[in-house]
Amino acid sequence: MSTGATGRIEITDLGIEFSRNGRTVEAVRAFTLMTTPGEIVALLGPSGCGKTTVLNAVAGFVAPTAGQVAVDGEAVAAPGADRGVVFQQHSLFPWKTVLGNVEFGLKMRGVGKAARTAQARTYLSLVGLIGFEHAYPGELSGGMQQRVGIARVLVNRPRVMLMDEPFGALDAQTRLTMQELLLSVWREVRTTILFVTHDIDEALFLADRVAVMTARPGQIRDLVAVKLARPRAATVIATPEFMALKARILTQVREESVRALSGRRP
Amino acid sequence: MAPAPDGGWQRPVRRVLSIGFFFVVWHYSTKWDVDLYVRFQNIPTPWEVLEEAAAQLRGAAFYGHILASLERIWLGFAVATVLGIALGLLIGWFRLAEDTLFPPIELLRPIPAVAWVPLSIMLWPTERSSIVFITTLGAFFPIVLNTVHGVEGIDRQLVRAATSLGAGRAAIFREVVIPGALPSIVTGLSVGMGVSWICLISAEMISGQFGVGYFTWVAYGIVKYSQVVVGMLTIGVLGMLSSALIRLVGWRCMPWLPRRVKDGG
Repeated sequence: MSTGATGRIEITDLGIEFSRNGRTVEAVRAFTLMTTPGEIVALLGPSGCGKTTVLNAVAGFVAPTAGQVAVDGEAVAAPGADRGVVFQQHSLFPWKTVLGNVEFGLKMRGVGKAARTAQARTYLSLVGLIGFEHAYPGELSGGMQQRVGIARVLVNRPRVMLMDEPFGALDAQTRLTMQELLLSVWREVRTTILFVTHDIDEALFLADRVAVMTARPGQIRDLVAVKLARPRAATVIATPEFMALKARILTQVREESVRALSGRRP
Repeated sequence: MAPAPDGGWQRPVRRVLSIGFFFVVWHYSTKWDVDLYVRFQNIPTPWEVLEEAAAQLRGAAFYGHILASLERIWLGFAVATVLGIALGLLIGWFRLAEDTLFPPIELLRPIPAVAWVPLSIMLWPTERSSIVFITTLGAFFPIVLNTVHGVEGIDRQLVRAATSLGAGRAAIFREVVIPGALPSIVTGLSVGMGVSWICLISAEMISGQFGVGYFTWVAYGIVKYSQVVVGMLTIGVLGMLSSALIRLVGWRCMPWLPRRVKDGG
């Protein structure tokens, strides 16, 4: 599968401003982050801190007001299949079967029907969904839908996979299962993952590094290297190293949450 | 077999009894010439209607009227479907199309299609084409509006997902916009079919020489009242069959929708 030689995200001095109700809102300011190929980086912060905006800039959904975003040296100008996005929920095409959804990117590239079915099945088996090829998304549970979402991105062999709170809408048990599944899939494909979350346990369990963001306008407050051995078991969250990292991040996130609330005065 | 919690066999029985009651009331109202402000002296009994229906079904003229109406409805409906869906997709997706094409549609929409009958007779050279025009108008507005709403209601996240999977503009239109708007389009077709029957019958009654609407109106003129009711029933059955056909085609086109949503549409 993917070699892992590509997938270097370079975000330099990124600034993003929105116009909302006639007022200019500064979502992100002077945000700088580099990833190494095959790395999992979590963007963690209070809601409204601009972490999804950073991900959207890498995806090409929003244009930077200042600074640059590049992947493997190419400036991001528009959305593309080299930067696949897994959304929080409801992003599968309801009118396409599981197979049709996973084949979508290959169809866009002009891959023939037989070849794309074969490739799609490979990735469906990677996420454990063989046997559900002909089901429609509406017939699947939330966790299964997200697995289709992951397969649909990976089948394009993207340089990076961008995940925007992909497990945020799932119940706690399913979320843990999905986190373990993501790590086992990542061991196979070694794609760079940029993972947006507000869940500290999730960020620490998955990531090589956790970027803790400030309240809006979002900047990086702390970049935490997570040196927990891989493969990680679910029980890793009960180890002293994990607890220490969690305590450090929790303090920072709480401070930023308070700042985010006080900054919302009209 | 034990009765189901919701009443089991009792519910169908009640429904059959309800229809039976309707016919009993009809029968005695007409047999006794009831006159309680509403007057039943001239209204045919169920049996007279049945006899008349049997007589009509044996003759050829009746089928000629049905065929004339069906031809007009399907011609008008087909034109409205093609125009309505095409314009609706353009107006819903492209701002330029919305600004240039939508205002005249919004301007004309409040005018009921039947009000167009005199103008339609002046506009079109033949009676057939003027009636088809009225039928088209009736179906066009619900189809175009529902298509526009369907396109505007498409989840922007699905468009983003498609672009981040490598879809270009044409592919987004084909793979996301059209299927995304389809449930709403089918609703528009279903409503449009109903409206176009109303328009057809009205137009045929006003200016026709053939068709079920003409058949019904002429029967009144020549004092054949049981034939009037046969005409009414024929219109009802044809309208019902047309709507059922639309729903059937709709289901076939949208296998992803759960059954109960489909039944609602």
